[in-house]
Amino acid sequence: MNTRGLRSQLKDSVPVTGLCPQAGSYGVQDSLRRGFSSVKNELLPSHPLELSEKNFQLNQDKMNFNTLRNIQGLHAPLKLQMEYRAARQIQRLPFLPSSNLALDTLRGTDDSIGFEDILNDPVLSEIMGDPHIMTEYKLGVL
Amino acid sequence: MALSNVLEPAGSGFNFENSTRNIVLENGSEEGKIKAPKPMKTGTTIAGVVYKDGVVLGADTRATSEEVVADKMCAKIHYIAPNIYCCGAGTAADTEKTTDMLSSNLTIFSMNSGRNPRVVMAVNILQDMLFRYRGMIGAHLILGGVDCTGSHLYTVGPYGSMDKVPYLAMGSGKLPAMGILEDRFKGNMDLEEAKALVSDAIHAGIMSDLGSGNNIDLCVITKEGVDYIRPHRESIYNYKRQAKYKYKPGTTPVLNKTVNQLELVHETVQMMETAGSS
Repeated sequence: MNTRGLRSQLKDSVPVTGLCPQAGSYGVQDSLRRGFSSVKNELLPSHPLELSEKNFQLNQDKMNFNTLRNIQGLHAPLKLQMEYRAARQIQRLPFLPSSNLALDTLRGTDDSIGFEDILNDPVLSEIMGDPHIMTEYKLGVL
Repeated sequence: MALSNVLEPAGSGFNFENSTRNIVLENGSEEGKIKAPKPMKTGTTIAGVVYKDGVVLGADTRATSEEVVADKMCAKIHYIAPNIYCCGAGTAADTEKTTDMLSSNLTIFSMNSGRNPRVVMAVNILQDMLFRYRGMIGAHLILGGVDCTGSHLYTVGPYGSMDKVPYLAMGSGKLPAMGILEDRFKGNMDLEEAKALVSDAIHAGIMSDLGSGNNIDLCVITKEGVDYIRPHRESIYNYKRQAKYKYKPGTTPVLNKTVNQLELVHETVQMMETAGSS
């Protein structure tokens, strides 16, 4: 595993403040699930793994693309990222779970099993967003 | 707008939503402190030895949940591949799930490539997975197997550390077991010697450690195949139940019996307008 250049990647990852939005339903503090609101709660993740898990796939991709760029030159990650972007656009409507088959095949995760396939599989989710609101949000009409 | 938090779909994998709530519950005010339930640990002695033709793995069969023995006949030697088996110590659920996922990944690999997996591949997958979760997954594993490059014995710690040695013991009973192994291990032993050595090492762990006990399981892996001996040695303290504790039908005497007849007072039929009918 290549750990060079890891420090430079961290600044582009998901910002911490985007981590725990304190608003629950109706935009009001959800005390049962998130505890009492305080600046400290919003600033730091409550579980040591929360931040690293949120950014894991992003960081892996960045490390791999950087290594590829160092070995083969700029064209290699550029071509791959173009394919990734194209594959990422193949999605169902926002409120339905997408299979992401093309993206998985590109990443190589279609023949490996990790915790993201066993736990909290979006296909088996019991909550569905309101179709109208989610589509409007996606299209920016909301 | 109600339910504004469902605008983005929930992610897959681990969900950390309740960790703030758990921290608040555990560090509550003096009267309000709530202790989280402890997971079932295997509190184990596991050992492995490389001998002339392959690998011998051994384990005890006790699973404890704090001070109570939760399972007297727990299976700690898990199947990974036809030529690779893994003993697991630590949190029982973690070892089970990790070895299950490892086994699934190796099966997919062998179906894809048409080859039997090597033991190093299993070790590398485990190391990556356990290091990613920074030791939160409490799985202390001993992997042993025979592949095209020979017989190998590895240990993987919960933080992702790895060691390759000819003889090993892990778990809470590893110190007494290691003593026996250090004393009597030789290179290129034959089968009966190796089985006796592993069995004695586990026995020492059972005698000297509270978390290990009951029977001893052995697993012999060679190029030809696997011999899973369960149990290899049974505990002499296996007591049988003295009597049957099921009650025969008719044990409870019937004192009296009353019958209330329900009478039909009124019956109405109402036709419903359904979309199908015209």
